[in-house]
Order: sequence, then structure tokens, then C-alpha cells
Amino acid sequence: MRRREARMEVLEQGIGRLFTDPDADKAREFFRKKSRRMENKFMTLKDAIAKYVHDGDYLAIGGFGATRSPIAACHEIVRQGRKKLGFCGHAVTHDFQILAAGKCFNRLDVGYIVGLEARGLSMVARKHMESGEVEVTEWTNYCLSARIKAAAMGVSFVPIRNIMGTDTFKYSGAKKIKCPFTGQYYVLMPALYPDVSVIHVHEADIYGNSRIRGITISDLDLARASKHLIITTERIVSTETFRNEPTYTSIPFYLADAVCEVPFGSYPGNMPYEYFSDEEHLGEWLQTEKDAGAFEKFLEKNIYSCETHFDYIRKNGGIERMFKLRAKELRVDNNAE
Amino acid sequence: MADYNAMEIMICSAARELEDGSTVGVGTGSPCAAAMLAQKTGSPNLTIMFEAGGIAPQLPEMPISVGDSRTTWRAIMAGGMCEIMETACRGMLDYTFLGGAQIDMYGNLNSTRVGDDHQKPKVRFPGSGGANDFGSFAWRMMVMTLQDAKRFVERVSYITTPGWLEGGDSRAKSGLPLNAGPYKIITNMAVMDFEPESKRMRIISINHGYSEKDVLDNCGFELLKAPRISETSPPTDEELRILRDEVDPFKIVIGR
Repeated sequence: MRRREARMEVLEQGIGRLFTDPDADKAREFFRKKSRRMENKFMTLKDAIAKYVHDGDYLAIGGFGATRSPIAACHEIVRQGRKKLGFCGHAVTHDFQILAAGKCFNRLDVGYIVGLEARGLSMVARKHMESGEVEVTEWTNYCLSARIKAAAMGVSFVPIRNIMGTDTFKYSGAKKIKCPFTGQYYVLMPALYPDVSVIHVHEADIYGNSRIRGITISDLDLARASKHLIITTERIVSTETFRNEPTYTSIPFYLADAVCEVPFGSYPGNMPYEYFSDEEHLGEWLQTEKDAGAFEKFLEKNIYSCETHFDYIRKNGGIERMFKLRAKELRVDNNAE
Repeated sequence: MADYNAMEIMICSAARELEDGSTVGVGTGSPCAAAMLAQKTGSPNLTIMFEAGGIAPQLPEMPISVGDSRTTWRAIMAGGMCEIMETACRGMLDYTFLGGAQIDMYGNLNSTRVGDDHQKPKVRFPGSGGANDFGSFAWRMMVMTLQDAKRFVERVSYITTPGWLEGGDSRAKSGLPLNAGPYKIITNMAVMDFEPESKRMRIISINHGYSEKDVLDNCGFELLKAPRISETSPPTDEELRILRDEVDPFKIVIGR
């Protein structure tokens, strides 16, 4: 019997370059070799970044800009001088500002960059993007969520319905096709398998089992899509925590490569149910950026001369400040002063 | 008559568009204020959604980020970005508010760049974020912005977020979900909608204190006019009281 070949024809495609390989079989070969053992992965953040984030890698980070973002890990990446990273600019704000200040990346998938939402725009991040030193492929936040989802599914693309007819499509790496069932148009989002991701969580055990409270943004898929995963956690808890209530596990152990205990690891960002963002200090970042000399000193003080995130916190109000931010988070701060 | 500023009349006009029982995807600032005001006036059953995953919060104050923990304060669900955008793509998001550095006669928005070299732009803006997503999927997209000829341009230099694209049926032909698109443009001077056939922006009402000439002079393209142009209903005393005392007591948005 002669079968008519149903071929999905690419009608249009964006001119942006893909910085990661969407091939699902190649990803499977990688994941085939990844350890599934429930083994101790507890280490310092310094060691985790040294071991799993290399010059030239493609990096993604969890959270939403200044909410549950692994800020301590961003500092460590800058401190260790990582360069030429590919970076997933999926809803990034203060985290992006830090990595731009360290000039850590030279190719970038853009969802949302250079801004800090209602706080304003980062001068340093903007200058970095206007320098011509960063190769850019344009997407949207949801495009990147969908690309990460495709990778988490173990497939090479997913079809979605945004960006058609816009310059966002033109400068993307997406392809437009016609649905073989309905004749409707779709844009295909190529799977994004990061070399390494860092996700900050509320609770984790030494094996990488993790719990996230509050919004998850794209982190459940990101944990699954990433070849290597570094977990930074507010608290280390016992494995019994997960065994007693498996319903609440966000990330199972076999996805994680490293677990680092970093209390206040999102500071000066917001950690839902733990502490609110330090708006004064974030304002200081935005202000200081305007003067190159002052900003260099600011980075020296807050990143380069710090051994750990505790040093950074000590220099910015210490534990007293953290408790004020906790009161603000819980909205009990009206009488706290 | 009550005394009010440009931001206040825009927020009050926007709030009235959000009917009870509908859903709205909002960002920080004035859209959030409009949604909060709507909930406290005519639309107590308005469901607010944030792109990062917050669903139906009882906002205690203005969020600083669309992902900060205020967006899930006493919320019904703390979801993720796919949850929100898939809901929108399925057709369950009624309204959204967007903005940009430029808007054109078809409601297309630029929030990406100025300058022609994409790899080395003259000015780099944040990009789409969730704007293209909400703008592609929400049934009715609205814009709240101050009006001047630099922002209201004949053609945006870069389409970040789709309006009616080239007008006419070009949006439908593009493959974007059918029958969704720009609905109202609310400025300090007027309220605009889009002429049904050409999809070109047109004046439907003018705010008290402004003339038709003001509106036309502060627009970089030829605005169409609705068959009947009315005066925009000014904010009521009650709306202003709620907006000032309950929605934005620290004047984060209305003080701008």
C-alpha cells in the first residue's frame, strides 16, 4: 500500500541562533549515564560552582528575578570569574544584573532582561547588552518556559501559539508550521536542555530531595530539563520529611548533583514565606551602578572580598536585617521597629 | 467636581472595563492598581493572575514584582508560568494590560530596542517578558499610558507584542488565536478603541480638560474618530477615595 507522506513543512523561521542542542536522543544518552543513586551530594556552594559551572557552559537559574533566585550562587559564579557562559534570560532581573556586572555570559536567550520591574532598569546590564559583546536570540518568558518544558518532557520541541507576526518571532530560533490535524498555525519551541542550572529551595535533604513553597515559575520543569542541577536551600532537613509527606516533594533526588545549605540564599531578593526583598539594598545596587568607580568598589565590598554569602549579609545589616525582612514578609512589621 | 491627576483618571477608567466575574493578567504599577480598584468597586469577583504563577490573591498592597510574595498573599493557588500562560492560551484570560516604549496605530508594542542592529542596539529595553504571551492570548488587551507623539508612532520600529499587526485581517492570518487583540488604549487625554474593519486606533472619548486637537497633536499618526466622541466619565469621589486610601496609600503609582 502506498502511504502518502504527511510532511510538516516549515513555513517561516526566526534568524536567531540556538545556543543549545534540542536533540532528544542526545539528551537521553546524557541522562542514561547520570547517577540515579540516592547518595550524599552535600557540599559547599564554592565547591558546587567549581565542579558544575564551567567557562562556556549554558546556564539557567531558577526563580523569578528577585524572588527565590539563587543570588548567593550568582555571586559565587562572578567571584570565581566564570566567562563565556550561555545564559537563559528567563524572567531575570537582579540575578541578571549580577551576572552582567561580572560579564559572565556572551550569548543569551532573552525573555526579560536588564530591568528590575517596578524598581527601574540596570545601567550596567543595559550597557553590557548595548556593547555588542553578547549574542542575542529573542524569545518571551513563556517561550522559554515552553522550551524548558519540552526538554523536561524529553522531546525536541513543543508547539505554542504566541509570537507569530512579530519581530520577537523574527529574531527567535523558532519555526512556524501548519498543524497537520487542523490547518492552524503554530510556532515550534525547540527544547532547551541547560548544561547546568541552579535552583534555590526552601528545604532539601543531602540527596537533593527538595520542597518549594509558593510560586514555582518554571522551576519544576527546569530541574528536570537540566543536565546538571545545583540545589541551594534555606535549610537542610531529614529525608524523613519527604518520606512522611511525599505529596509535597517538588524535586526528587535523582535530578540533583549538588546540595548546598545557603540560608538567606535569595537575599537581597524575596524568599516567599521566609523574608521579603531588601528594597533599600536593591536601590543601592541601581544607584551605585551610575558611577563606574563607585560600582567597582561596591562589587569589591559585596562580592569579590566576600568568602561566603554570610559575609555579604554581615556587611548589609546581618541577622537583624534578615529578621526585619522576615517581619516584612509576614506583614507583622508595623510595630516591629 | 473632584480633583484628580492623570494617573488617577486612567486607573479609574481602566478599572471600569474589568467586569465582574472575569479574569485579568496584570503587571506591577497602574494595571495592578486598576485591578485592585475594580475588586473594591464594581467587580468583587474579578480574578487577578500574575505571569509568574500567582492566582487570585487578596492583594494587601502593590507588588514590586509580578513574582513577589504579595502576588500570592491569601491567594487561591501558587502556580507557575505554564499554568498561567496555558490558561490564557486555552481562552480563559479575558483581559490584560500592557505597555511599551512605543505603540502604533494598530496597537503593536515595542519594549525591546531602539536602533536597527539587533546585536548592538542603540537602546536595549527588557524585551517581551510575558507581554507577547499575554498580548497573544488574552481576549482583550489594553494599554494605559501617558500620551505623546514620541510614544504614539505610525509604525513601531520593532514589534515585541502583537497588536492588530498590519491591520485588517492580518492578525487572524498570522496564526495567532482568533478574535483576540487590542481593545482599549487609555491615556491621560483620551480613550481609544480600534475601528472594526481597518483595526486602526480611533478616539471614542476625551478626558475633561483636553480638546480633540490636544489628542491629535500628541499622537504621531492620524487617529480615526468614532461616530460619536463623548467626554470620558471622570472618577467619582468614591473611586478616588478607595484608590487613594485603600489601593495606593503610599502613592507609589498615583504619585507619579
